[in-house]
Amino acid sequence: MGDAIIRTEGLAKSFGDVHALKGIDLEVAQGTVFGLLGPNGAGKTTAVRILTTLLLPDAGRAEVAGLDVVRDAEALRSRIGLAGQSAAVDENLTGLENLEMVGRLYHLPGREARRRANEVLERFGLADAGRRLAKTYSGGMRRRLDVGASLVARPDILFLDEPTTGLDPRSRIDLWELIRELVREGKTMLLTTQYLEEADQLTDRIAMVDLGTVIAEGTADELKAQIGGEVLEVHVADTIQAGVAAGTLKGVGAGDPSVDAEAGIVRVPVGQAGPEALLDSVRRLDDARIVVDDIALHRPTLDDAFLALTGHAAEEAATEESAPKRGRRRRSKEGDER
Amino acid sequence: MSIAIEPSTRVESGTRLRHFVSDSTVAVWRNLLQISRVPTVMIFELLQPIMFVLLFSWVFARNIANLPGGITYVEFLMPGIFVQNAIFGATTTAVGLAEDLKKGIIDRFRSLPMARSAVLVGRTVADVGKNFVLVLLVIVVGYLVGFRFENGLPGAVGTVLLVLAIGFAFSWISATVALTLKEVEAVQAAMFTGVFPIVFVSSAFVPVAGMANWLQPIAEHNPVTIWANTARVLSIGDPVMPAGASLPSMIAQSTAWIAGLLLVFVPLAIRQYRKLT
Repeated sequence: MGDAIIRTEGLAKSFGDVHALKGIDLEVAQGTVFGLLGPNGAGKTTAVRILTTLLLPDAGRAEVAGLDVVRDAEALRSRIGLAGQSAAVDENLTGLENLEMVGRLYHLPGREARRRANEVLERFGLADAGRRLAKTYSGGMRRRLDVGASLVARPDILFLDEPTTGLDPRSRIDLWELIRELVREGKTMLLTTQYLEEADQLTDRIAMVDLGTVIAEGTADELKAQIGGEVLEVHVADTIQAGVAAGTLKGVGAGDPSVDAEAGIVRVPVGQAGPEALLDSVRRLDDARIVVDDIALHRPTLDDAFLALTGHAAEEAATEESAPKRGRRRRSKEGDER
Repeated sequence: MSIAIEPSTRVESGTRLRHFVSDSTVAVWRNLLQISRVPTVMIFELLQPIMFVLLFSWVFARNIANLPGGITYVEFLMPGIFVQNAIFGATTTAVGLAEDLKKGIIDRFRSLPMARSAVLVGRTVADVGKNFVLVLLVIVVGYLVGFRFENGLPGAVGTVLLVLAIGFAFSWISATVALTLKEVEAVQAAMFTGVFPIVFVSSAFVPVAGMANWLQPIAEHNPVTIWANTARVLSIGDPVMPAGASLPSMIAQSTAWIAGLLLVFVPLAIRQYRKLT
């Protein structure tokens, strides 16, 4: 990948005792969409904030469009657009005013800023709402305006930090469509997400991050192959029997069963042989007289991916690591969480 | 079809100045729009000085001794209220900035190729505009309770200019506090508890001569006393001139305090802004 337009080497950042990033190396090729996938507190937002010059790294280096994020920060800012968690729109301005303001701050002439602002509104289906205050917008409209703001100056590198978090399914799909359109125009994009499906839908390559390190990288298919396809999930009626059930289910799938004793859930990676494994499991559980509340096949989720790659659940990782950081991070997120 | 804007790897100083002016203008425009869109904030900000004027002029009316030059308490009070109003009014700079921080708007600005200080200049200058409207309204209230500018138009204009300059300087203190504490509630509490004693331990509302003996030297050297006295002489004239003082020396002292505060807090606020993460 000689034509990497975003490149990091050993990027590290700590907040007090919390090591948000423990040295990550990334390479994003020009004109591709790169996904940073991980749970809350994995370090995704920290990485984006460093790459968009909002935060100084403690160690390592990062280059975007050949510009060093620390040394050439000023020049870099006119080349990139940022939207999502750490950027926001001004609620007390109209949609049009918000976009015009951003255009002017990219130093576009007044008339050009207005023209492009209208263009973006049109394109993002906000033309009718353009003269309304942004505080009257729905969550989806607000997020579209936010992404729109990052596009007014037509930067060729975009950073979208959890662009669909908190959106209803309809708005999420709308936004996906917009993102695909931008990709077709040749933008380079780095987006972060907590959803494997989203990364799968939108990105060319994915880096899975956990506790500040990249734990896996590749195309969506490569990662899914690593994760092991489908997962059989068994909820036992009596949580005490979870361990017994796991023993019974050993060998039905591609990998060893994992047990969530507290919730009484046993998960077995079953690869591509889902239906056979399901039937086999039902038989075995019945023979062992283990009563189950629910048994089902799941396409791999981020949780499964984490389980497969790290041996611990994603949520655990999130609470464990982000707890001390929550106070300082929450501030910038509140606007989006509503 | 996408046309990248010209990368500006090296920014010339002329361009830099042009960008600073244009960025600041945009930021002022944005903040003024915002003030006009949330008129309730302004209404409450106006209610407060009205309440102060009415409470003080009726409750304290004949209880205040040591008034200079045989003037009434309302005449004594109003110039002090102008100064107090400018200082209290500057706390909105802090609250506005803390809210922008919380909502992520500052992050957006920081990711844009705009001048680093323009956000702060935009905020403080817009707040001067807001303070100007407030001062005019408070003057109207003053006239309703019997205050008059007795030193002619230049004195009146001088009073307003002085008061706006004080407000501007306090806006920068306010910005520094906001960028240091960051949480809206903390910022509000800090400004309130900080500003109250500074304003009360001064000649803004009552003559220093009636204060506790140990407090008098503090009050005498409080810049708020210097400003309130200057505003008083500018509005009313010689009858309220403190012994041994002259208007030029009072204006010089007032200006020196304002300049001093700006010299300390403008760089401090900008430094805090740059240090944001």
